[in-house]
Amino acid sequence: MSLWPLLGLAVVVLGFALRANPLLVVAVSSVVTGLAAKLPILKLLAMLGEAFLKNRILLLFVLTLPVIGLLERHGLREHATRWIASMRAVTASRLLTLYLTLRQLTATVGLTSLAGHAQTVRPLLAPMTEAAAEKVHGPLPEASRLRLRALCAATDNVGLFFGEDLFLAFGAVLLIQAFFQNNGIQLQPLQIAVWGIPTAVCAFLIHAGRLWQLEARLRREASLASAKPTVLPRVSTDSGSGPRDQ
Amino acid sequence: MIRLQYVLWMLGLVLIMAGLLGVRDRTNSRRWTTGGFWFLLGLLVMLGDLLPPALVGAVVLLLALIAGLGGVKGSSHQSDSSTTGGSDSRRERARRLGHWLLFPALLIPVLTLVGVLGLSRLRVGGRSLLEGGQALTLVSLGVACLGALAAALLVTRESPTRVPHEGRRLLDAIGWAALLPLLLAVLGQVFAAAGVGSAVASLVARLPLESRIAAVLAYGLGMASFTMIMGNAFAAFPVITLGIGIPVLIELHGANPAVLGAVGMLTGYCGTLMTPMAANFNIVPAALLELPDQHAVIKAQIPTALLLLAANLVLMYVLAFE
Repeated sequence: MSLWPLLGLAVVVLGFALRANPLLVVAVSSVVTGLAAKLPILKLLAMLGEAFLKNRILLLFVLTLPVIGLLERHGLREHATRWIASMRAVTASRLLTLYLTLRQLTATVGLTSLAGHAQTVRPLLAPMTEAAAEKVHGPLPEASRLRLRALCAATDNVGLFFGEDLFLAFGAVLLIQAFFQNNGIQLQPLQIAVWGIPTAVCAFLIHAGRLWQLEARLRREASLASAKPTVLPRVSTDSGSGPRDQ
Repeated sequence: MIRLQYVLWMLGLVLIMAGLLGVRDRTNSRRWTTGGFWFLLGLLVMLGDLLPPALVGAVVLLLALIAGLGGVKGSSHQSDSSTTGGSDSRRERARRLGHWLLFPALLIPVLTLVGVLGLSRLRVGGRSLLEGGQALTLVSLGVACLGALAAALLVTRESPTRVPHEGRRLLDAIGWAALLPLLLAVLGQVFAAAGVGSAVASLVARLPLESRIAAVLAYGLGMASFTMIMGNAFAAFPVITLGIGIPVLIELHGANPAVLGAVGMLTGYCGTLMTPMAANFNIVPAALLELPDQHAVIKAQIPTALLLLAANLVLMYVLAFE
């Protein structure tokens, strides 16, 4: 059993630890792994090409961008913000907890396409949560606002991951079943899906627990900001320059 | 029949137009490499099937090189925001359009659902309207985006020529991160072909795991760590379950395979929350939300992930050996 292909894994771990650009790290790792496995260069390139074509669908989220972009240009985020400001008793914590619940429940019945980072978190959840936080706590320091935005994306992921594994027809359940079948163990999808419930409940309790403490933390961070003599300027809602290069 | 191929052509078109507009943008110091990046990516998506795979692979490496060396830079889009008049004009438009703005955005998931649940059986002229099978969700998504775009144009009364500009604006915001999920999937296949999985499994099988606690810890932590390295739990699951799950936990200690499978996979998901290799969940959203720290989403997830990992290990120990 040749262990040379593990060089590719080492490249990945090292590359990420050194904070090199992820695209470069992954490209180098593909080449290193292929060479270590003694694949001829042409065959390696063909493999890369075929894998690319097979996984092109991972770019499909790009199709939502023109729609969202057009709506943003006409004030989608401003509207979401204003709507939140007009509601009573809405806080960032309650909004995110509600979103977590809805996301997890809809994922459990297979409606995973109902929400997502491009179509829900960016245009709606993030501006609404920021607006709710500022409504309750006043202007927030920049770092606090960015952390809150990241928490919105995090909440979407947690709700999705720990709801969709309960969905019988979902890939994970079928993968587990197929794997055990290949190894001589017969299981029913229902058996597998059911044992996902304890973890799903724990995931909800843990993350909702963190969200419960969110208001206290925001209050602390906001009071630190108002202790300063000047209020920090708002980040514009125009587009930024993407992820910083390493 | 509306095939997946047509949806891919639409996708390629969006990317190609972003590329062409990018090249024309003289305010961008890297307009040729940026525009070239999107253009080539769009070409591959649209016409990749017609090219020899080795050529596609070479271009993919080229794209990774361009982006990795900083060639993909978004412009400041000053010209775009000045024509809208900036945020005050947007607030005014938001006031006028109100909840109508939400309607096209919500059409995306709604139409996707309609396609998946209902239209799959619709027949036109003797043939199905939408391509069936696994492609159904994707074709529905494509059609839904088209429908939502039409609705958005109606609601905002905007000219269709505006559409490529807005698409490009958001693509620029995401930047090179858009290619990362795809490239990671490619890496996964290379790993599989090179036997990385079996190599890891053989290493893992040499661990001394007589006690039940050690075995559960090794399996759970192994799933989480290997998921962090591979970027997705599906790739880690067969390797770690084959290496530790079956021989040690199931055969030696008599664990329930259904529990092991379910809780094991979910332990892998805890790893997914913590790794930059799961780019479409962790890195792309950070770029979409315009966060300067590309690991911000991961940092927001780590407390949940670690607590849940611990909870899962306990659940596995308690539930698998009834």
